[in-house]
Amino acid sequence: MNRDILEQFPILNQEINGHPLVYLDNAATSQKPLAVIEAVKRYYEHDNANVHRGVHTLGSRATDAYEGAREKVAKFINAKSTKEIIFTRGTTTALNLVASSFGRSICQEGDEIVLTPLEHHSNLIPWQQVAKATGATLKYVKLQEDGSVTLAEVEKVVTEKTKIIAMGYVSNVMGVVNPVKEVAELAHRHGAYMVVDGAQSTPHMKIDVQNLDCDFYAFSGHKMCGPTGIGVLYGKKALLESMEPVEFGGEMIDDVGLYDSSWKELPWKFEGGTPIIAGAVGLAAAIDFLEEIGMDQIEEHEQKLAKYAIERLSEIEGLKLYGPRVRKVGLVTFNLGDVHPHDVATVLDASGVAIRAGHHCCQPLMRWLEASATARASFYLYNTEQDVDRLISALIQTKEYFG
Amino acid sequence: MMELDDLYRRVIMDHYKNPRNRGKFENEAVTVDLNNPTCGDKISLQLIVDNGMVKDARYTGEGCSISMSSASMMTEAVKGKTLEEAKEMASRFSSLMQGEDVHFDDYEDIEALSGVNKFPARIKCATLAWNALRKGIDEERINH
Repeated sequence: MNRDILEQFPILNQEINGHPLVYLDNAATSQKPLAVIEAVKRYYEHDNANVHRGVHTLGSRATDAYEGAREKVAKFINAKSTKEIIFTRGTTTALNLVASSFGRSICQEGDEIVLTPLEHHSNLIPWQQVAKATGATLKYVKLQEDGSVTLAEVEKVVTEKTKIIAMGYVSNVMGVVNPVKEVAELAHRHGAYMVVDGAQSTPHMKIDVQNLDCDFYAFSGHKMCGPTGIGVLYGKKALLESMEPVEFGGEMIDDVGLYDSSWKELPWKFEGGTPIIAGAVGLAAAIDFLEEIGMDQIEEHEQKLAKYAIERLSEIEGLKLYGPRVRKVGLVTFNLGDVHPHDVATVLDASGVAIRAGHHCCQPLMRWLEASATARASFYLYNTEQDVDRLISALIQTKEYFG
Repeated sequence: MMELDDLYRRVIMDHYKNPRNRGKFENEAVTVDLNNPTCGDKISLQLIVDNGMVKDARYTGEGCSISMSSASMMTEAVKGKTLEEAKEMASRFSSLMQGEDVHFDDYEDIEALSGVNKFPARIKCATLAWNALRKGIDEERINH
């Protein structure tokens, strides 16, 4: 990665508390390149109208832009058809859609839903709610000591009663990559369905939903250089066709009577109300931007950074690193002795280094780690080894400060 | 680092490293459990109230230096105060967090937390214990 990339992100070119900004909170949200900012601006300045209804020229342009974005997303994750791409507000809304519609319709009392303790709250609470509503039970896969998931452990909890396995592809705390392709195959052998939370994987590696053979795959635009407020639910066409919408209103109907209505075909039956048009346009620009650099290059760059960061962090005495030593994604979680991570994050911020501190929307995982909170630095394509160096020196300063 | 020093004054670090009133009562006490869901901080505050007066206060919890030192100071400050006085202190503490020029002549250590005002993301850390106090006072009033 070179200087040219950094120049694409104007926000990174600023001082925070008198120091050049080092942004290491990419697992929370990424920054946006000029190409994305300009695309959204251009859409509002030239093409803005509502979609799928205007006969006028702007209406056609807006519809083309929105549906063009859908095509781009379908290609990006190698979906078979644009009918399998539902635009949502983000990963949370996408997972809630699967749980509320699909989950509640296929689960009955006594059925099982398999999860891992790694799950983000958004891939956990929707399933708790399904279990409460249907009488299904939740079962958890036992984690390895380093926080990773093995196929063997998943196999131990999957039974003929298992209806759904829901799993994050990449953990937002441990930085582990889960064997979702193998787990999907296992699920299908038992007649169960595989739901993948792709929030932390899609921005950082090439995704091929047909190769993974998962039944559903959810991700957010804002973690992959796109705007906030746009996300995607991929689902296999036959399953989406069998599902009921969860939001009713304009845009999603075929015919409306006083007492009954029918729905549009896929994917629109799941997109009630005026959709997030500018968000979709921004997401399409983000995909172009990422593909121009190359997803494989991004993955390689992050692996290098993670390796370097783990080497350097290990030099700090008293620093506890969570997760495996070897990383496929650029994310490190740690605690600095008994200095509380909020205090670490505040002192780092005073040196211009932005990291995340807290429970990372993973309270059950924090209990598993026996930590009330942790600090996390997460990298993206624009981060450099110099950024890691700045993190390390700020951490050493913090340690001295709290003595 | 100047503002940082304002945030982490010696008094605060002293309360963090040598917490006062940390623990639980064996006897019955007004108990309030409060979380800060955005960051995971937790406090369990106990008050022994007799005749409208806070006779004793203790807390347990987990959190950063700001939230835990604030709990240490608060429990120290409210001992011997009437519920009315304790509530007034809590609102004075809110004013302190909003950057107002208020004083705690009755327990000066608290004024060390005035620097938190310059760190908006940390104000909720400092106010956690005081919010638990308010809740405890309200519950005590409803029950008596």
